[in-house]
Amino acid sequence: MSPEAVHTYSPALAHQFDDAGQQKEAATLGMWVFLVTEVLFFGGLFVTYLVYRNWYPGAFTAASHEMIVWAGTTNTFVLITSSLTMALAVHAAQLGNRRLLMTFLIITMALGCVFLGIKAFEYYSEYVEHHVPGMGFQFEAEHFQHAQLFFSLYFMMTGLHALHMIIGLGIMSVMLWWSYRGVITPEYTNPIEISGLYWHFVDIVWIFLFPLLYLIGRHVHG
Amino acid sequence: MAEHILPKRTYYTIFLILAFCTYLTWQVAYFDLGPFNTIAALAIAVFKATLVVLFFMHVRYSTRLTWAVVIGSVFWLGILLVLTMSDYLSRGWIPQS
Repeated sequence: MSPEAVHTYSPALAHQFDDAGQQKEAATLGMWVFLVTEVLFFGGLFVTYLVYRNWYPGAFTAASHEMIVWAGTTNTFVLITSSLTMALAVHAAQLGNRRLLMTFLIITMALGCVFLGIKAFEYYSEYVEHHVPGMGFQFEAEHFQHAQLFFSLYFMMTGLHALHMIIGLGIMSVMLWWSYRGVITPEYTNPIEISGLYWHFVDIVWIFLFPLLYLIGRHVHG
Repeated sequence: MAEHILPKRTYYTIFLILAFCTYLTWQVAYFDLGPFNTIAALAIAVFKATLVVLFFMHVRYSTRLTWAVVIGSVFWLGILLVLTMSDYLSRGWIPQS
C-alpha cells in the first residue's frame, strides 16, 4: 500500500487494493467479464433461432402470430422502467440517500415481479392452447413440425431469461438487506452498481427477445 | 479515480428514448417493409441496447479496460453470428449434383 493510499483507507476497502477507485474498477471489470460469458451463453440460443428461422420462415411467422403481443409489449415497458429505477437506485446510493435507495430497490423488485407475473400468465395461456412442445402440442397441419421448433426456442429463451430475472430478484433482496444494514455508503456503492449491471444486462436480452419472438411478420395478418 | 455521478435528468431522458423506441418497434412491425421489418426491429434493438450500456451501465464513463471487455463481448458474439450464418446462408449457392 502506497503512503498516500493510507489516507483513503475505509472499512469498505479490501486490503489488496490501493484505493477505492482501484477496487471499484476491479469490481466493474469482473462483472463485465461475467457478462461477456452471459452474452455468449444467450448468443448460442440467438444463433440457433436465426438458423431455424432462416430455414422455416413460414412456420416461424405462423407460430409467432400465436404470441400475446400486448403482454410482450407491456413487459418490455415494465423492464425498461425497472432499468430506470435501478439506475436511480445507484444514483441514490452514490448520494448516500439510504431511504431513497431502498425505495428504488423495492420498486425495481416489484417491477421484476410484475414481469414474471405477466410471463406466467402467458405460459399458462400457451399451455391451455396446447402450444407447449411435448405436452399434447397442437398446430395447423402445414406447420405442425416446425412450429414446435419455434415454441421450443421460445420457451428455452424466455425461460432462461425468466431464470435470470429470478436470480436478479435474489441479488436485489441481498442488496436491500445490505442497504438496510448500512453496508452501502457513498464510499462503497460497488455492490449496488455491479448488481445494477446484471439487471440492465437482463433487460438488454429482453430488448432483443421481444421483436424476434413476438413481432415476426405481424403485418401479414395484423 | 473520481466518482462520476450522472444527473438524474440523463436517466429520465434515456428512459423516454427507450420507451419511444419500444413503441416504434411495436408499430413498425405492422407495416409491410419486406425483409426490412426484421432489419428495422434489430436496428432499433441495437440502438436501445447501446443506450442502456452507455448510460444506465455507465460504460461511457468507464475506464478503457472496461471498454475493451465490452467491445470484446460484441466482437466474440459477432464471430459466432457471422461464421455460423456464412455457412448456413451460403449452402444453397453451390448447386447440388
